This record gives sequence, C-alpha cells and structure tokens, in this order.
Amino acid sequence: MRMTGAQAIIKSLERNNVKVIFGYPGGAVLPLYDSLMDSSIKHVLVRQEQAAVHEASGYARITGEVGVCMATSGPGATNLVTGIATAYMDSIPIVAITGQVPVEMIGRDVFQEVDITGATEPFCKHNYLVKDARELPRIIAEAFYIASTGRPGPVLVDVPKDVAMEEIDYNYPDRVELRGYKPTYAGHPLQIKRVAKAIEKCSRPVICAGGGVITSNAADEIAQLSQRIKAPVATTLMGIGAFPGDHPLSLGMLGQHGSYAANRAVAMADLLIVIGARLGDRATGSTDTFAANAVIVHIDIDPAEIGKNVNTNIPIVGDVKCTLTELLKYNLKRQDSDWLQDIKAWKDKYHHKGLFCRSLKPGYILTRLSDKVDKDKTVLVTDVGQHQIWAGNYYTVKKPRTFLTSGGLGTMGYGLPAAIGAKLADRNNEVILVTGDGSLQMSLQELALLKQEDLVVKILLFNNNALGMVRELQQQHYNCRYCQVHLTGNPDFCKLAEAYGLPALRVDREDEVDEAIDTLINSKTSVLVEVKTDVNEKTSPCRV
Amino acid sequence: MKHTLSVLVENNPGVLSRISGLFSRRGFNIDSLAVGVTEDKNVSRMTIVVDGDNYTIEQLTKQLNKLIDVIKVTDISKDSVIRELALIKVNASLSTRNEILQIVYIFRAKVIDISKSTMTIEITGNSQKITALEELLQPFGIKEMVRTGAIGLERGQKVIKYTINDEEE
Ligand SMILES: Cc1ncc(C[n+]2csc(CCOP(=O)(O)OP(=O)(O)O)c2C)c(N)n1
Repeated sequence: MRMTGAQAIIKSLERNNVKVIFGYPGGAVLPLYDSLMDSSIKHVLVRQEQAAVHEASGYARITGEVGVCMATSGPGATNLVTGIATAYMDSIPIVAITGQVPVEMIGRDVFQEVDITGATEPFCKHNYLVKDARELPRIIAEAFYIASTGRPGPVLVDVPKDVAMEEIDYNYPDRVELRGYKPTYAGHPLQIKRVAKAIEKCSRPVICAGGGVITSNAADEIAQLSQRIKAPVATTLMGIGAFPGDHPLSLGMLGQHGSYAANRAVAMADLLIVIGARLGDRATGSTDTFAANAVIVHIDIDPAEIGKNVNTNIPIVGDVKCTLTELLKYNLKRQDSDWLQDIKAWKDKYHHKGLFCRSLKPGYILTRLSDKVDKDKTVLVTDVGQHQIWAGNYYTVKKPRTFLTSGGLGTMGYGLPAAIGAKLADRNNEVILVTGDGSLQMSLQELALLKQEDLVVKILLFNNNALGMVRELQQQHYNCRYCQVHLTGNPDFCKLAEAYGLPALRVDREDEVDEAIDTLINSKTSVLVEVKTDVNEKTSPCRV
Repeated sequence: MKHTLSVLVENNPGVLSRISGLFSRRGFNIDSLAVGVTEDKNVSRMTIVVDGDNYTIEQLTKQLNKLIDVIKVTDISKDSVIRELALIKVNASLSTRNEILQIVYIFRAKVIDISKSTMTIEITGNSQKITALEELLQPFGIKEMVRTGAIGLERGQKVIKYTINDEEE
C-alpha cells in the first residue's frame, strides 16, 4: 500500500495496539499530526513534553503495555529528556517519537535542530534517527519490541520531516530480527537447582523483591515461594506492591528509607534471594556489609545487573516469572529455626499502627488514608521528597501496579503526570496523588488535563512551604544552615486548583483531618486536599 | 591487566559514539580502539584494548552486550595474533640516515617517505615492538607519530560467529 512515512508510523502504531499518544505538536511533527487525524488512536494534548513521558510512563505501568509519547524537534525533543531518563532508570517501556529537521539540513544548526539521538543515548534502551522512510515500519516494529521485551526501557525514534512526507510502499515486518538483542527468559536449570539446594541448607532466608517482579507479573510466584520456604519478603522502592504489605511475612521496604525489620532481617539472613532488583545504593547502603552473613542468589533478566553492585553466589539470568516457576517445581524445604519469631519481634519493635493519634502528622494521615481506601482499585502515585518516603512507609500497598513512584532518578514533577497516565490507562482505578508543594509546582501545568480529559485524580498535597527533603538534609548534615529551601512565594494552592476547575480544601487543624480524608476518597470529581504540614516533620529515623 | 576485546557491531551510523560514550560514561579506560568493516559489509569489527581487573572486564563486556547494535563481544587476550601499525616521522639528516636505516632493518620496518631532513617509517607489530622502535628513534627526534591501535584475530581455526541462527556455541 502506498502511503507517506507519517501514515506508515501511525499505521505501525495501530499495529502495535497503541490506544493513546501523549504529545505536543510543532513544525517538524506536523505530518504526523496530520496523519493522526485519520486514526482511531487517541491523542492527549499535554502542557509540557516532559510530562508527556511521565504520562506515558504512568500509563505503561498500569497496563504493562508500551507507553507512547510524541514531540517536535529541538525544544520539544529536549523537553522529553528528563522524562526519558526517569523511565530508563525505572525500566519502563516507552516509545518516544520526535520530529527532526529534514535530512539534508541535519548538522547545520538550522532552526529547532537538536541532536536528540545523541543527547538521549546514555539513558535510552536504544534509539533511531530514521533517514529512509522505507525503514519506518521495521524501525517502529523494532522500537516496540526492544522497549517491551527483556528489561524494558524507553526507545526514541527521531523522524526528519521529509522522511515523514516521503511516499513508500507500506510493509510491516512479520517478525523482528535483531542479532545483537536476544534477551534470556529461561533461567539456567543447573543454577535453579543450586538455589533449591541452598534453600535446603538455610534457616534464615529473606526474599528481596524489586520492580522486575512487577514487570514480570510474578507477584503470585513470590507469594508462593515465600509461603513454601517461610521466608519474609522485603521490597525495594520499585518493588512496592510485589508482595502484600499487610502480609505477616512482609518486611516492608529495604534500605536507607526502609524499615528496621527489613534491614535487620537482611543483615541477619543466611540466604538472600534477590529477585528483579538491581540493588542500588539506596537499597544496600554499604555493599561491604550488605547481607554479610548470607549466600546471595540474584535473579534478573539483565545480566549486567548481576554482580554489578553486590557479589553474588548464585547468579541467574532470566525472566523472574519463568525462573520462579521452575524453582517452585522443586520440593523446597528449609531448615527449621526461630527465624520467623525473630522477624516478628523486629517488626513489632517499631510497629506504628495505632501509634498515631489524630493529628496533622503525615504518618497519621497516610495511615488513615491507607486504612480507608479500597485497595483493590486504588492506585497511589507519589512525587519526590519527604512525602514520597512517608507514602512508601505508611501507606500499605497490597497489589502490584498500585503504587507508582520515580525510584531510580527521583524526578520531582513525576507525580501529577504519572497519575494522569494511570487514570487514562484504566478509568475504573481510583487514582490518588501524594505530592509536595515543590514537586507539584514542577508539573502544575498538567492540572489542565484533568478537565480536558475529564479525569478524576485526587490530590493530597503536603504543603510545608519548603523543599522538605533537602531541608532535612541541611538540618542533619549542614548544621541547620538552611539555604534556598523555603518556597516563600508559594501560591494559594486551593485557589489555584479552583482556577483549573478542581474543588479544593485546606486542612490546618487536627479535627479537620478525618473528614478531609473522607472527602478526598468519596469525591466524585478530582479534588485537591492541601494539608498544612510542619516543616520540621522528618523522614528519618524512620523505623516503621 | 590489559585485555583485548573483539566487538562485532552492526554497521549502523552512531554505533561508534554509542560505544565510546559507554566507555567514558562508565569510567572504563581504553588504551586503543580500532574499527573497520568486516567480510560482511553490515558488520564492523572493533578491537578494543582496555586495562582493568576481571570485575571491570566483566562489567564492560556486559554493558557492551546490552547495546542493541553490539552483536558479539569476545575476549581474545589469550590465544590470538595482535598487530598494530604505526607511522613515525623522524629527523634524519645525511649523517644520521644510515644509523636509522639499520634500526629500521633490525625491526623489519619500512621507510615509506624520505626528505632532506626527515624519514617516515612504517612498522607493524605488537604494541611492545612499536614502543621499542619508538624509544630507539627518540634520540633522533620524532617529529610526528600515528598509531592505528591494535587489531587481532584468534589463532588457528577459531572464528567469532554471529549469524542470527547460531544460538549459543
Ligand atoms: C527535578 C528535581 N530537582 C531537584 C531534586 C532534589 N530534591 C529532592 S527532594 C526535593 C524537595 C521536594 O520538595 P517537595 O516536593 O515540596 O516535597 P517535600 O520533601 O517537602 O515533601 C528536592 C529539591 C529532585 N529530586 N528532582
């Protein structure tokens, strides 16, 4: 079939079952926007391109499918950069399409030209600068394949305007063949057997579940493994939701901002099974002392993660679900011990439930929120800062894909757009955003999408009129010398929300808290609840 | 320890920058990098000499393998023939010419250009041989020198395969 490059792109997107594109137009992508008019694909007009990537990311994390975003050349493309890097660090499947100046203009610094493939190369799984329109169907097919298989990640396709306008014969490839890319799904049987043996010998096992468990849809397998070998489960920040947070075997989050029980259990374990986690510095602390007494098993689909940060005794390259399914075929039984009593004692030591009386404290508010929402259909999205850590610690997540946060890059401004993407992915979800006054102002403009797309997103804003997290660091490590952390010019967030058509309410007294939470949960429309938060509230020492 | 890696890559635009970017980004030190097309015009072969312990080389190999354009990475440090080519322009007056020619002869190098006051010498060999020649020529005054970086092939019948169907050897 004859068609233009732009039409071929749109057709290829349809072939990949794309339902939504988050984007922002400009001169170099006009051919694509023109072709989009004839397509069933919905386009969501964002307010800033960085948000388009976060929105696509929120969408991808809920659906498990590839999120798609689009921007024009030059400034449109560079605005994507932070979003792409954010998705890369958290292994989120994204295809980003950018316009580019015509091929023969490339390299001459013409209007709105920027080398976006060069710029994004360090934090893209792969990228393409398309120079021949006939290659477009193959490249789009490859982009989706690469983004969604193996360890997922963002792929960028840069399309010069003349390439988009060129006429070609449309031929979509039957299959993708890349000789340099063959992810390993099946874990090595002998290694799996070694894990089974190690389990037999151990008496103090701990499972550490990361984001890979969620990507691989392996929460059931984790639950089974944990039950079978009576192993408590700690999660990383990205792994929150991989194991029910209210389960007696749940240890909560590992690491710097994690729970006492999780860190203690890992320190005392004689077998640590790390699954779909990259063991970043925030999770391990010093790698010399991390799990010092344990045989370490590391299961990950990305070979480069194994042994990168922590020495591993039994490495397994493979998909988490495939590998665990094989492992569970063994008759797994560990040595008897008092391990679970120890675990329970550590958990009880700093148990916070019921600890809080009604107050404006984030711990109280988030615990109360956690108790009241319907966990089956609520997705909690966070921004970045103290409120993120509070949410991670006090809000109990029970299911995969119901807690979204920017883990690896810690990108302020991720929250609102990710929440929007999450809601668009499934309107049956109740989406709640927990944010701070700093973070919200980094993506504030996206509030317009709530009205534009008729979306219900509930916003819980902890307003301390400060960059609380940074302030806390200055308090601890810089002798309370507070520099540039007080947001003195903050707007009236309630009025601001109202200007965007959202009802809003402010909570500045303890006796208003419970009702405000009910209002937030029960509201049929989007709503902003602003909680006046004491600027001296801390995240640490967090001993949940 | 020095390792020599053979890296087969798709001959796509940008592949060199992807690889050199990876080296600098992740703090690997390259001694040399040589690249050229192979018997298959879609495939280029890079020979990379890199200094590092086993952990570094393992990480490097894994990171290289993550690049979609990288088809295969092989450490050929052990049993292979490695060669480098260098061109050296050295001061050579009538009185020193003969002495230089003798050195050139001993090294089985070649004189490929000559002028009233200079000679340009071509030498192939492993890095040590080239460095040794360089040191001997130093006293005459080396005006310019260029080295290709090492390239290498494994000895004997071994070849690095990369076809799409040869799953794992
Ligand atoms: C884009 C970006 N810039 C800077 C930072 C550094 N940073 C981390 S947390 C934080 C403060 C966040 O403030 P706010 O959103 O108000 O949340 P709070 O910590 O007060 O709960 C800053 C500036 C960041 N993570 N991301």
